[in-house]
Amino acid sequence: MITVNGEPMEWKREMTVRDIIDAKRYVFPLLAVWIDSVPVPRDDFDITEVPDNANVQIIHMISGG
Amino acid sequence: MEKMKVLAEWSYDPAKPFRGYTGKTLKVNVGDMTFESKDVSEDMKDKFTGGRGFGLKLLWDSVKDTTKWNDPENEVVISGGPLCGVTQYPGMGKFYAVFVSPLTDQTYDSNAGGHFGPLLKFAGWDAIEIQGKARKDVVVVVDADEKKVKILESPFDDVNAYTVTEALHEYFGDPDDINDRRFSSVLTAGKGAETSFWGCINSSFWDSHRKMPRLKQAGRGGGGTILRDKKIAAVVVKTHDLSGTANNPADVDTLTRLGAKLHKEIISLDSKQCRMRTAGTPHLNEIMNEYHLLPTNNYKFGQHKDADNIHSKVYEKMFTQGIADGCWYGCTMACAKAVDGYELKTGPWKGKKITVDGPEYETAAGLGSNVGVFDPEWTTETNFYADHYGLDTISLGTGIAFVCECYELGLISKDNTNGLDLKFGNKDDIMELLHRLGEGKDDFALMVGKGIHKMKDLFAEKFGADRKVMERIGMEGQGIEVSEYVPKESIAQWGGYFLTLKGPQHDEAWLIFMDRVNKQLPTFEDKAEALHYFPNFRTWFSLVGLCKLPWNDIEPEDNATKHSPQEAARVPEHVQNYVDIFEAVTGKKITKEELVLQSERVYNFQRVFQLRLGKGTRKFHNIPDRALGPVWADEWEARTEYYDNELKAGGIDPAGLSSQEKCDRLQKIRREQWELLVDTVYKRRGWDKNGIPTVKKLKELGMDIPEVIAVVEKHAKPEDQWKD
Ligand code: SF4
Repeated sequence: MITVNGEPMEWKREMTVRDIIDAKRYVFPLLAVWIDSVPVPRDDFDITEVPDNANVQIIHMISGG
Repeated sequence: MEKMKVLAEWSYDPAKPFRGYTGKTLKVNVGDMTFESKDVSEDMKDKFTGGRGFGLKLLWDSVKDTTKWNDPENEVVISGGPLCGVTQYPGMGKFYAVFVSPLTDQTYDSNAGGHFGPLLKFAGWDAIEIQGKARKDVVVVVDADEKKVKILESPFDDVNAYTVTEALHEYFGDPDDINDRRFSSVLTAGKGAETSFWGCINSSFWDSHRKMPRLKQAGRGGGGTILRDKKIAAVVVKTHDLSGTANNPADVDTLTRLGAKLHKEIISLDSKQCRMRTAGTPHLNEIMNEYHLLPTNNYKFGQHKDADNIHSKVYEKMFTQGIADGCWYGCTMACAKAVDGYELKTGPWKGKKITVDGPEYETAAGLGSNVGVFDPEWTTETNFYADHYGLDTISLGTGIAFVCECYELGLISKDNTNGLDLKFGNKDDIMELLHRLGEGKDDFALMVGKGIHKMKDLFAEKFGADRKVMERIGMEGQGIEVSEYVPKESIAQWGGYFLTLKGPQHDEAWLIFMDRVNKQLPTFEDKAEALHYFPNFRTWFSLVGLCKLPWNDIEPEDNATKHSPQEAARVPEHVQNYVDIFEAVTGKKITKEELVLQSERVYNFQRVFQLRLGKGTRKFHNIPDRALGPVWADEWEARTEYYDNELKAGGIDPAGLSSQEKCDRLQKIRREQWELLVDTVYKRRGWDKNGIPTVKKLKELGMDIPEVIAVVEKHAKPEDQWKD
């Protein structure tokens, strides 16, 4: 199990940041991701694996308005 | 065009800007045909900074406590601010219009791009106040080349925006050089602004690529209605004194360096980030739909199956690509997209091929999904005519959405609408309503144009429509329509819309992602902190003459890896740029905390100004049920699982309840949360329980101006003070 923005989510082996973004349907382009408080560069979303029990923050920068 | 007759004129010596200020403001009274120059004191700069701050200060000095929007002493004050007109850094050509609004009966401020703000300053003026009421239509001209301000007799029978703007750019330009027209800018409203309270102020710039004037809008609040009430057909500013250093900044090298960095960032990253350069703000269309935020059928829903029809890719194809569409020199963000060669299908110009400015996101949603239409061509046509008639597309969209729901609920009928079948999605009849609004003759359209707040009274009184139902579904606050985001799932955004100075416009705070998706604001104190910081930070753009978009619709590549999640959302590097730019232009050193302080001074002053005009207390911070949560069963049933969970989180078991009962229970919970939010935000802002800034707060801010304190002392009650 991992936590994404404070909510539990089932963990899968070899799960990447991109997999979580797709599952959550986060289509907004200005996303910033931290895994256990360590930032993940945007270009690495596809290749960064998320470990089990991780605390993932996927922050939508404000934009809009 | 024949030579226009001079009704009054006045000579002046244009003051050159120094460190971003000319030190002079101009007052023109079109009633008694007088002109006045006022000095800008250092104290005025310290307390009000410029732009909207100057507008509010000048308006305060000119109106009475009892002034209504159509009293002659009401003004439209236009001011850009000290950074307005910088060309080295993107997004620095905005002006802010300030006035007592016909919709809200209190002060309103609305901004526009185009070249008017910078040209006004380069013509010698930090602000222009326009007061009085002319007897017949006039054109006000500030001509720095001739060193004259004039009031001319208007030759226009058709006062609609494109007609007047095109003619005046030609009139004031060199007949032998079409691009000489870029040295003028024209403000207009339109015929629709005369009879509706949704009148916008169009602001032009000469598009040297297309060889035509383009229009940007200070859309909100009814500024255009006031211009037409004063019988002003146009305001023109003209100067050839235009250069990249016309502001006479303290440190041009810093401006160039910071600008070059942001230009590079925009050019290399925009296509991966918001695609502002190709899609403009409609890049938000499908995003808002995905997150249930796209207002659909009067904000009943946030998503629709036909939303793909209005996908940004569709708009991107309609917009002409490859032209630098900046609305002021130096804006590489270039989001002022346009549809060229569009052939109008309806209305007085049917069959004519024109260029349409936009549609921007707000129009694509307001005159699109919110009225149940998913047809970009139709939206483009409504966009053109709204601008031409001088009508705000946001109030128009939200207002018509309200009318459609009233119609579908049977609160009003075809007998009342003069034959129009105003169901959601009925494109032809909605378009016809727009033309009737533009013409200003049809009695039903006249009612609609007064805005939702007054429509509720009129529909109840004239058609016997159920007032209670209209209160629940009418998306307005303080008298003005909500802009185009569904706020019901974000408690912080309830405040972002409904705890604002002037009503629900998203320029104070847009917190939906932070609150609802990122979960960065879990407590009411966190929400209140955001509702303190963001409105104050964002107010600063309006004081200095900036566009907000280059702040956070683009971000440095390392923004997210360099800062904590909470900090990153503020885009620290760009905030620091603004701090440095302020010093580079004005020569005054400030910190990022002082930047917020500059805003907080004006923010609290405006709050007291509303109080002085009989508003500005808690009872005017009202929120309709539709903004809090689902009102009708079909809204619940569109997201049953989601809303059932919301109810459970509130301690209520949804089992056995009908959808309507569930709606009613959730409303009750959320209404209590709203009251808690209001208390927490007022406390954080240094306001009492009734929403009045305390004397202590005003003193802390250095805004303890005797007449401001006197207003507070007149209204504040001991029982409304917090105990701690
Ligand atoms: S970002 Fe867009 S709206 Fe803002 S100044 Fe640039 S072109 Fe104009």
